[in-house]
Amino acid sequence: MTPAGSLLAATDLRKAYGPTAALDGAEFSIHPGEVVAVMGPSGSGKSTLLHCLAGIVTPDSGSITYAGHELSAMSDGRRSALRRSEFGFVFQFGQLVPELTCVENVALPLRLAGVKRKEAESAALHWMERLQVEDVGAKRPGEVSGGQGQRVAVARALVTRPRVIFADEPTGALDSLNGELVMQLLTEAARSANAAVVLVTHETRVAAYSDREIVVRDGKSRDMERIV
Amino acid sequence: MSIGHTLLGLLEAGPRHGYDLKRAFDEKFGHDRPLAYGQVYSTMSRLLKNGLVEVDGIESGGGPDRKRYAITGAGVTDVEAWLAQPEKPEPYLHSTLYTKVVLALLTGRSAAGLLDTQRAEHLRLMRILTQRKRKGDLADQLVCDHALFHLEADLRWLELTAARLDQLSREVRR
Repeated sequence: MTPAGSLLAATDLRKAYGPTAALDGAEFSIHPGEVVAVMGPSGSGKSTLLHCLAGIVTPDSGSITYAGHELSAMSDGRRSALRRSEFGFVFQFGQLVPELTCVENVALPLRLAGVKRKEAESAALHWMERLQVEDVGAKRPGEVSGGQGQRVAVARALVTRPRVIFADEPTGALDSLNGELVMQLLTEAARSANAAVVLVTHETRVAAYSDREIVVRDGKSRDMERIV
Repeated sequence: MSIGHTLLGLLEAGPRHGYDLKRAFDEKFGHDRPLAYGQVYSTMSRLLKNGLVEVDGIESGGGPDRKRYAITGAGVTDVEAWLAQPEKPEPYLHSTLYTKVVLALLTGRSAAGLLDTQRAEHLRLMRILTQRKRKGDLADQLVCDHALFHLEADLRWLELTAARLDQLSREVRR
């Protein structure tokens, strides 16, 4: 059963790659404005869980609902549209387009959605200010530091005002100080926009920025809140 | 933390009354545990006896709380030596947690459950500290970071132990 009021929820998710069960009955739920950390050892299935929740990977069985709608019942086109407009993504290595300037990178999701250049770049600058990287707008990703590049990537994830942000090891490539700054700005910006954040991390200090933690082990999830 | 050395260090900046000392201590170091008045005065009388501080003046009205203390030359030397001395690293080799895990295994209880409960409690405290850090100044951030790194180290131990429970179970039952 889907927990009441949740924006994104999964029940009894199963996914196998050949003989290996990546997910073996995992559960998940998140409310608007909530930050949930997904933790677990390497190979535990946490990335598979994130990919299923984001509609990138289709589970073998189980249910995923977004805003009350079953993800598996949607057409591929509808799921793609969801990923473009209502989901935002932050990866370990920013994955910015090297040929574009930072402001063009942040504006890109809006440009792909058909927003005019001036309007898209103005929105991009707003988020770059929030992430304290407005001064690197004209630079290309190769010309900025790792910490700045990651904050540019966060701004890009937020620019479409998504309702869910999927962050997969967003501080994995950063030193402690830059990692802290990224987490602080990411969670503040997401909370103020009432966006939910699904945060996959193996660092507990990063997970401490969340409201709640789910541990995945051997494809099964445990809601740590229910333990205490 | 050595309260005596900390109070001495605070006095090195200039003479203070006992009450001022307590206030300065609480403001800078007493995040979770403010100093009790009694502790300030008992510490000061020990430092006085050892010649590390002296009474710099007594305000009219008398009473022990009216004393103003100043650090002596011997006190400055003592602070200097304390700051230069590295702290003994404490590896907690026989921690309560380790004992609990082994006892759980020996008595057939769920060691994994015990580790999970502890993990959740550690993370709960880490969240509180992270919140405090977000709202606090640089001093708060440094104090909280110190605690956070230690808790993180504990958590890594909890994870590694959880991954080794089967092996540990076989060894403790041997």
